[in-house]
Amino acid sequence: MNATTMDSDTAPPRETAPGQSELSETIFRYLCFGAATLLLAALAGVVISLAIGGWPAFRQFGFGFFTSSAWDPVQENYGAAGPIVGTIVTSVLALIIALPLATGVSVFLVEFCPRNIAKPIAVAVELLAGIPSIVYGMWGLFVLAPWFAIHVQLPLMTDSANLPGWLSGLVAGIPNGANIFTASLILAIMILPYMSAVFRELLLTIPSQVREAAYGLGSTNFEVVSKVMIPYVRRGAVGVVMLGLGRALGETMAVTFIIGNSHGFPHSLFDSGSTIASTIANEFAEATSDMHTAALLALGMVLFILTFAVLAVARLLLASEKH
Amino acid sequence: MDRALRRKITNSVFIGLCGGATLVALAFLVMILWTLLSKGVGGIDLKIFTMTQPAPGSPGGLLNGIIGSIMMCGLGMIIAVVLGILAGTWLAEYGGKTTYGQIVRFFNDVLLSAPSILVGLFVYWLMVAHIIGHFSGYAGAVALALLALPIVTRTTEDMLTLQPNTLREAGMALGAGRGFVIRSIIWKAAGAGLFTGGLLGFARISGETAPLLFTSLGNQFVNLNMSKPMGSLPATIFQFALSAYDDWQRLAWVGALLIAVAVLAVNIIGRMIARETHRP
Repeated sequence: MNATTMDSDTAPPRETAPGQSELSETIFRYLCFGAATLLLAALAGVVISLAIGGWPAFRQFGFGFFTSSAWDPVQENYGAAGPIVGTIVTSVLALIIALPLATGVSVFLVEFCPRNIAKPIAVAVELLAGIPSIVYGMWGLFVLAPWFAIHVQLPLMTDSANLPGWLSGLVAGIPNGANIFTASLILAIMILPYMSAVFRELLLTIPSQVREAAYGLGSTNFEVVSKVMIPYVRRGAVGVVMLGLGRALGETMAVTFIIGNSHGFPHSLFDSGSTIASTIANEFAEATSDMHTAALLALGMVLFILTFAVLAVARLLLASEKH
Repeated sequence: MDRALRRKITNSVFIGLCGGATLVALAFLVMILWTLLSKGVGGIDLKIFTMTQPAPGSPGGLLNGIIGSIMMCGLGMIIAVVLGILAGTWLAEYGGKTTYGQIVRFFNDVLLSAPSILVGLFVYWLMVAHIIGHFSGYAGAVALALLALPIVTRTTEDMLTLQPNTLREAGMALGAGRGFVIRSIIWKAAGAGLFTGGLLGFARISGETAPLLFTSLGNQFVNLNMSKPMGSLPATIFQFALSAYDDWQRLAWVGALLIAVAVLAVNIIGRMIARETHRP
């Protein structure tokens, strides 16, 4: 920079002074623009490839693709109801488990925890998000599933005569711990750090006057949190829920390990099942025919539409919270 | 029971539940790390890094997966960092406020949280089915690049927006063009932040498994030619963990430990750098 100033003091500006070249300016600008456009192209490519690749399956099976639970590579008959239901059930169940935990963690860190230990705890919880999905899968398969089979499923089975009918129907299944419920549990642990991090940021945006005013009126901590703080960020909080749901819908490896991978319609919470992502992960590289590949790509398209809808709503709600 | 006492009890229970939720979250972290350490550390020896994956029952290591992972992550990161910094620069410095800029930003967010397996399907369709015609390390690298790209773009934009306008004005007052100011002043000022973006992107892709299953496929031998199918640590772990052989499962735990340690270390380093630079 020094050279430039001295030049302009002593001599008329050179035509090619650093940064003055029209050409390099234009090239750089277009390079940046091109990279941004490539991002758009990548997402468009995802949509187009799934739509084109999945089209034969949509055309062949029509609406029945969504309602049939047949998944038969030998007869070339594919219906996606099993994986679609499995995806939605595991994600919603994961959300039901994770939401109270995430709320508790973020409220604790913002309201009750001494500042100097809140930071390390927050980092530790966020480290949960850094653990690769496949590690969750292995932990689920080798630690959680056996524990769950021995301490939850077997006692329930031996007691099943004493359980009310609807409950024993809900918990029926092979006691190996690989089922819809344990998959949801793993998913819940995986989305917890994302949800609590965003929720914590939301709570921190509440002006301190609002909280202080509520405390000044004599409210207890519980009343301040439940009647003032959470209502204050309610729209963003719905966004957090949708963000968690979006993560859970597309999670692949951890679920593939523990859900049991059966194609049919799941009949109980403790029944094995499959999700869209786990079906693709299991079968795509070994797809037996063109129609099998097409059916898997069509499943991918369904998953994309599901996650896109959920994430778009989440972004809109979170953006509206930032005013 | 009188009202004040009831409110007090409700409050204590609430605080207890919130603290309990935090303990549960921390307990999961500790349990997972403990399992990894107790099952993985015992299996670490020199063979892991010097021998390729064995047949069940014979000695072996994870060399083919480690080399494949390093090569594909490396190439993927180069692509993602170059494109991501350029795209982030465009969003922060040039067109971010235009309608087109907002569309790009929104789709970047969508790509950021899109399921990785769908990105894998796209790259399969594009590269494996159409451009190259078979599974290859290049396809794996492109899939990983597409996963890291939105993170790098997002961080770059955030970091450049943080730089004060006076910096840009000072540069331009000296007669430098806009692109020159960005390249030699703004990028340098935001250097640590851009590096953090790269680290975060790397942390995301280094443990990524799903998209590699049908782009790079896997290879049980060491392969340095990226136009051929290539092994990767996560794909090997997937295959070994679900196998019925004890020694394969032991190797899978070692691999899982290696990946988790690498990812967590990168995460922590990234955080430390970010904290240094945000310090007022």
